[in-house]
Amino acid sequence: MSGRDQILAGIRRSLNRGALDEATVATLRGGLAAPRRNLIPARATILDAEGRAALFRSMAEEVAATVEPIATLDAVPAAVADYLARLNLPPTVVAAPDPQLAAIPWDKRPLLTVRQGRVEDADPVAVTACFAGIAETGTLMLLSGPESPTRNNFLPDTHIVVMRKSQIVGTYEEAWTKLRARHGAGNWTMPRTVNFITGPSRTADIEQRVELGAHGPRRLHIILVEDGDGASQG
Amino acid sequence: MLPQSHAFKSGARIALGNQPLQKALGFMKTTGFPAKRLAAVQRLPEFEALREEGRTIKDRTLKHLDFYLETFEANVIATGGHVHWCRTAAEACETILKICRALDAKTVTKGKSMVAEEIALNEYLEKHGITPVETDLGEYIIQLRHEPPSHIIAPAIHLVKEQVAETFRAAHTDRDPDRPLNDGRILCDEARAELRQKFLAADVGITGANFLIAETGSSIIVTNEGNGDLTQTLTKAHIVVASLEKVVPTLEDASTILRLLARSATGQEFSTYTTVSTGPRRAEDTDGPGEYHVVLLDNGRTSMLGTEFQDMLRCIRCGACMNHCPVYQSVGGHAYGWVYPGPMGSVLTPTLVGIQEAGHLPNASTFCGKCESVCPMKIPLPKMMRHWREAEFARDLSPAVARRGLAVWAFLAKHPTLYRMLASAAIRLLALAGGRRGRFRTLPLAGGWTSVRDMPVPEGRTFHSLWASGKGRGTR
Repeated sequence: MSGRDQILAGIRRSLNRGALDEATVATLRGGLAAPRRNLIPARATILDAEGRAALFRSMAEEVAATVEPIATLDAVPAAVADYLARLNLPPTVVAAPDPQLAAIPWDKRPLLTVRQGRVEDADPVAVTACFAGIAETGTLMLLSGPESPTRNNFLPDTHIVVMRKSQIVGTYEEAWTKLRARHGAGNWTMPRTVNFITGPSRTADIEQRVELGAHGPRRLHIILVEDGDGASQG
Repeated sequence: MLPQSHAFKSGARIALGNQPLQKALGFMKTTGFPAKRLAAVQRLPEFEALREEGRTIKDRTLKHLDFYLETFEANVIATGGHVHWCRTAAEACETILKICRALDAKTVTKGKSMVAEEIALNEYLEKHGITPVETDLGEYIIQLRHEPPSHIIAPAIHLVKEQVAETFRAAHTDRDPDRPLNDGRILCDEARAELRQKFLAADVGITGANFLIAETGSSIIVTNEGNGDLTQTLTKAHIVVASLEKVVPTLEDASTILRLLARSATGQEFSTYTTVSTGPRRAEDTDGPGEYHVVLLDNGRTSMLGTEFQDMLRCIRCGACMNHCPVYQSVGGHAYGWVYPGPMGSVLTPTLVGIQEAGHLPNASTFCGKCESVCPMKIPLPKMMRHWREAEFARDLSPAVARRGLAVWAFLAKHPTLYRMLASAAIRLLALAGGRRGRFRTLPLAGGWTSVRDMPVPEGRTFHSLWASGKGRGTR
């Protein structure tokens, strides 16, 4: 008997039953095929789009992210360049190869150097899109894929995320629903990595005091675009 | 690590006299986790209802654990990963070594994993020529100090920053020996720089899992530093080492419990990074691990099912029970002598290393009930510690004096007249001996009590006689 079979047999013995009958298995399978939502806190579900954006912003700022609303996607290059200038950071960024980030008119700011692709260790600033924002805790949801390498979210000191206001949902459950609908009903797969990011990297491992920038980005800047055709994964 | 739980009493005594430890533990009572947890809980009106939801999800899963594990496995395989079922710590270590050897791995980076501590993975890998590098800041510090973790979410919580500075000065010999290392910011930056090179050079990344998702075959880790993400993104293979009770049915179920986890642990609304990993990198991806392995560990858990200890399998390892425990707050984690300290350890350690070794732990509790009241999964920890005390008694493991004392007390309790006579005689005798000092500094047969505190001298009559005369019944 393999270790696997021994463990499964041990579970059944402890539960004082044999293998599950077909009807029970069918019911359990049904539960996985159509996941049910549990109790969801009212905090974000009672809000309209404006309310969700306001909640997202205040929750994100509470955990030391910065949020900058801008009117249109055209204004992204200026927003990025000015943000870096304010912090005395070099005007050099790596943009994820997301087709919708590529639609940004980067050449509008000649002094901003933009490379497209995957970041390497020495790259100080990454600009990425995201799949959704989640209002209840000011959380960003990013999916891995050829257009969005995961390391871009973690290696650079500064992570700038471009998000359209309409990408903000209320709760984690709404974000899962959005992911499941990405390629049409019943035809979805998980990406290799789903990153939920809430503020910049931190640690409280020394004397329970919070320090930012433990291993991931020291700064998380979210550019929130008002119009309806901004950057979006998927 | 070999369990040292039998030495709890001497460990606790040493801990109480350890000045830096007492200072470090002091943060728990002021700026630390309990106050932050309370604020976060008060901000979420549904918190109590969510505890009930969390309990229901886990109970429902455990009832059909075989189904959810088999489904999880099928979905891991369908997304290109591997599941390795391991009955014991030794099997898990061997499996991980085999995966590392097949990739010709020299160094592995590790995200913090209590299961990896449980199976003593680092020692095993080192013995076989592979260098494990802990990347969580707290784990990194204690790895350099050759110490076990003293807390399940903050492994270096027993240290003050001056001790961390000493450790870094001794370990990072390439750096200027006279550099300032006097605050957390500087220490954090130095560890970041040291570990960045390790992340880039490592062959394999090992993380634990907070959840395994049956529906999708995914594993979830929750971190604040981002070390778990660099660990699994930059290496050739991602190995997840997880005990089998981590499985939950769906992403929705995990989301519900995630609302409890960070708030209970650190008082955060949500941890900085919650990462859901499914299989190896896809063909078209430009980064991510080439292989994905889940090492699924039993190590005695299936035999807890169906027993009075089953509820312990709901534990999500938030650490709230130890953060709020007056015993843990006084002696810290090392005194408990193994991987899991505090109230959850006092229940779990005896099941994993035996009550003979860990008998002191379920006795190291005042049964104040705080642990159960803050447990996000509503685990009845005091009740289970009581079960262990009963088991200890039934197996003749408790000290002979205590057993004989209990037998005498039981006899008297069954003979109330004799009990009252003796009790009132004892009280009068003590009152006489204590006189006007009001307290005893030493008492025969009660050295365990009087060596650390005074015993008040009884005054007047026994409860029984007060009750009988009507004075105990209040004024109504």
